[in-house]
Amino acid sequence: MEFETVIGLEVHAQLKTNSKIFCTCTTEFGRPPNSNTCPVCLGMPGVLPVLNKKVVEYAIKMSVATNCAINYRNQFARKNYFYPDLPKGYQISQFELPIAEHGYVDIEVDGKISRIGLTRIHMEEDAGKLIHDSHEPRSYVDLNRTGTPLIEIVSEPDIRSPREAAAYLRKLHAILRYLDICDGNMQEGSFRCDANISLRPAGRDEFGTRTELKNMNSFKNVQRALEYEVRRQRDILLDGGEIIQQTLLWDADRNRTNPMRSKEEAHDYRYFPDPDLIPVVIDDAWLDQVKQSLPELPEQKRARFIDEFGLPAYDAEIITSSRDLAEYFETAEKIFPQPKKISNWMMTELMREMKGEDGINISDCPVSPENLANLLIMIDKGAISGKIGKTVFSEMMESGKDPQTIVKEKNLVQMSDESDLLKIIREILADNPAQVTQFKEGKTKVMGFFIGRLMKKTKGKANPKLANQLFAQELK
Amino acid sequence: MKFNQYTIHELQDKLAAREISAVELTEAVFARIAEVDDQVNAYITLNKDEALVQAAAADKLLEQKKGGPLCGIPLAIKDVMCTRGLRTTAGSKILESFIPPYDATVIEKLREAGAVICGKVSMDEFAMGSSNENCAYGVPHNPWNLDYICGGSSGGSAAAVAADECIASLGSDTGGSIRQPGSHCSVVGLKPTYGRVSRFGLLAYASSLDQIGPLTKDVRDCALLLKVISGYDRQDSTSVAQPVPDYLSALEPGLDGLKIGIPREYFAEGLDPEVNEAILTGIAELRGAGAETVEVSLPHTDYGVAAYYIIAPAEAGSNLSRYDGVRFGYRDKEADSLLEMYEKTRSQGFGDEVKRRIMIGTYALSSGYYDAYYKKASQVRTLIVEDYQKVFSQCDILVSPVSPMPAWRLGEKTDDPLSMYLADALTIPANLAGIPALSVPCGFSSAGMPIGLQIQAGHFNEEKLLKAAFNLESALEVKGQKPKL
Repeated sequence: MEFETVIGLEVHAQLKTNSKIFCTCTTEFGRPPNSNTCPVCLGMPGVLPVLNKKVVEYAIKMSVATNCAINYRNQFARKNYFYPDLPKGYQISQFELPIAEHGYVDIEVDGKISRIGLTRIHMEEDAGKLIHDSHEPRSYVDLNRTGTPLIEIVSEPDIRSPREAAAYLRKLHAILRYLDICDGNMQEGSFRCDANISLRPAGRDEFGTRTELKNMNSFKNVQRALEYEVRRQRDILLDGGEIIQQTLLWDADRNRTNPMRSKEEAHDYRYFPDPDLIPVVIDDAWLDQVKQSLPELPEQKRARFIDEFGLPAYDAEIITSSRDLAEYFETAEKIFPQPKKISNWMMTELMREMKGEDGINISDCPVSPENLANLLIMIDKGAISGKIGKTVFSEMMESGKDPQTIVKEKNLVQMSDESDLLKIIREILADNPAQVTQFKEGKTKVMGFFIGRLMKKTKGKANPKLANQLFAQELK
Repeated sequence: MKFNQYTIHELQDKLAAREISAVELTEAVFARIAEVDDQVNAYITLNKDEALVQAAAADKLLEQKKGGPLCGIPLAIKDVMCTRGLRTTAGSKILESFIPPYDATVIEKLREAGAVICGKVSMDEFAMGSSNENCAYGVPHNPWNLDYICGGSSGGSAAAVAADECIASLGSDTGGSIRQPGSHCSVVGLKPTYGRVSRFGLLAYASSLDQIGPLTKDVRDCALLLKVISGYDRQDSTSVAQPVPDYLSALEPGLDGLKIGIPREYFAEGLDPEVNEAILTGIAELRGAGAETVEVSLPHTDYGVAAYYIIAPAEAGSNLSRYDGVRFGYRDKEADSLLEMYEKTRSQGFGDEVKRRIMIGTYALSSGYYDAYYKKASQVRTLIVEDYQKVFSQCDILVSPVSPMPAWRLGEKTDDPLSMYLADALTIPANLAGIPALSVPCGFSSAGMPIGLQIQAGHFNEEKLLKAAFNLESALEVKGQKPKL
């Protein structure tokens, strides 16, 4: 039987505000436990939340960038449950009236464009963290993260494969990074994802029973966990079994999902409007102001890169997949205005070197866009060959030095002096009479042998174009 | 008269004239506490050493004629407002050891005005109750008759003012918790408009209903204290940025042109005849001062109690979740697991009435019941707001009883929470609508128990309340009568 996969994702993105959502504590990561706290985020008796306006502004940015309808009047609600990382015994979130609804993003997988609907975006506060003692039955509570602003982005069940899920996540990640409202670090938890997944016989409309997947802390893990779950559910269904609706935790070490204890998921959150916060009112003036401040978004940039720089769609897609990559490209292009050559180098040499678990992190690259451009200029002018260029690039990655310095230090400047080259060429021809004869009998392939000899003697520095010309002239 | 028997405004003059010092005044208050509080039991925590330091500082300012409006005035604070460094229990065992590291905004304002804080006074646990019998630190007794309740939940505040164990007090009112004990103890009690006074630092019972207000010996003190504590606070998003008028200037004799509405529903069956008689006498006096009266109707009054006992417990259940034994307050140390720690801490830390309301609130918000209870109650609330809007187009203020009966005997209703809930029927609607309401002493029952008259007005019309109350107070000979202890 053929099955169709149905996936919906819930993404939590921490917003990069300086202070927390309902108090003035800093959101700085990595401080000593419980140092970023005050009576408000500790949930002390009698304290009250006061909304950080920046959080609303950032949420509006994301809502506009994902084509959502803004709710001009939206409201915070309390989500009630007990856990030691939740000081008030409730999380301030949004429920009936979120800040935005009914949006979408377009994703592309294997050349096919799919539109993924966004059910809603809402603002909420993050919880703290528990640190469990591995030796004793004891847990510690760190409330530094408590009250860090989050937006939750909930998709429609429009995603049809684990690869689409990964593409959707990358798209949201790129938009958040472009907007500069989330640092997108999945390991540190500033960009988190839960998934709902079910299978149904192909062609059927109603959904199958779903499971919820948690604990996937990289794009790759999301895809792998979903792939695992597709297989698991398919096997059960093919066996005539039934899927149990439950929450599963992804175990990246063992490459499998495990059910969460049912006690931990049996919650009735008893949502109700938070009486401590007045409704959030957004007017047209504010909305317009935020719209004006939006940067160019991935899709607009992609279109412009095709149009303005003549890049192929594939190159443009990859180069604009992150704001940093696109900026890198544009900086290099200003110095060396040959876009296709830059994108070629970026997509091969640069990305091969910089590829990590979650894609390219160009901001850590030791080769600055200026230095890449200068290297390409040297190749373009014939100062070094393309091949030497790759050696120089490796050296640049290694040492972070600029290409001019490396070429000078290693004496890699291309030999383009006719008389110098001619001298060596004549020696080669004199030393290899048999090959000369073969060439003259029409075996032009022997040219490769001569060039090889020349490169060996010049340590690869001979200008290949000139060398070809000179060999041909001497062999006439 | 002893120093502690005077009002704030009388003492302002005496302190400014240096007839007495703030230290002498404070000592007189503590002498009175030592004399009667083992009978009245108004205080949970005394702050004597600190109070005397504050009084000495006040004296210095008074010498330099730099004192604020409350400079050197000893006040008692309901134990539900955070006082930095001074234990704040909300009448609950769960906060037996809680010492707040911050002041409530109202406490900051009192300190700026130069007040001396004598201590924290009794209340029903987390402000849940109408008799102050739900308190982990003993039950306060009515100074007018020690066998009677003093009302609740701000019972300690009302009792302390009535017994001259302080000059004035702050209470909080969620469904009548300032006005009803005020009425039962013959003191003036005002619940301001919702948003008039900051709630920051007030331990929340029901956030959309709670409001801090004064309990005082007369109307002038009420106006004076209200002025000090009112105003927008950026730490409370529900406080309102409305200018604070000089409430004292409202205290003018004569009520010409004032139209008083007499709400039919507030004089329904079950109203004690002696209360009815006292209120009618009060209304006659108000007419005598020049006011006109008109009968009006607030048709949804009857639903107020039902709506309140959904909304308040729903909010309370959530507000009280933070008392989980993790970060502060009481924790059961025997528990073996997290769940057991929660269960034991909260079962042992909270009293029965609090647990009852947490259960009601949890039920009302449960999945599948939200629409039938919480949502329906919110709709009733809107109807009550609309009732008031209509009525205030016909009249300026509403006059009625505060409580359908005078104070009852201690223990009389403790086994019947429902009849206790119904006793709040006349005070609850003002909280649901967020309007200001005041209780002013109006007479005594044949048993000698006080009876208060309630005045309600539209949002931010506290001046109208104070003016009417001032005229009534001037006409009656109730003010200045003291309980015999």
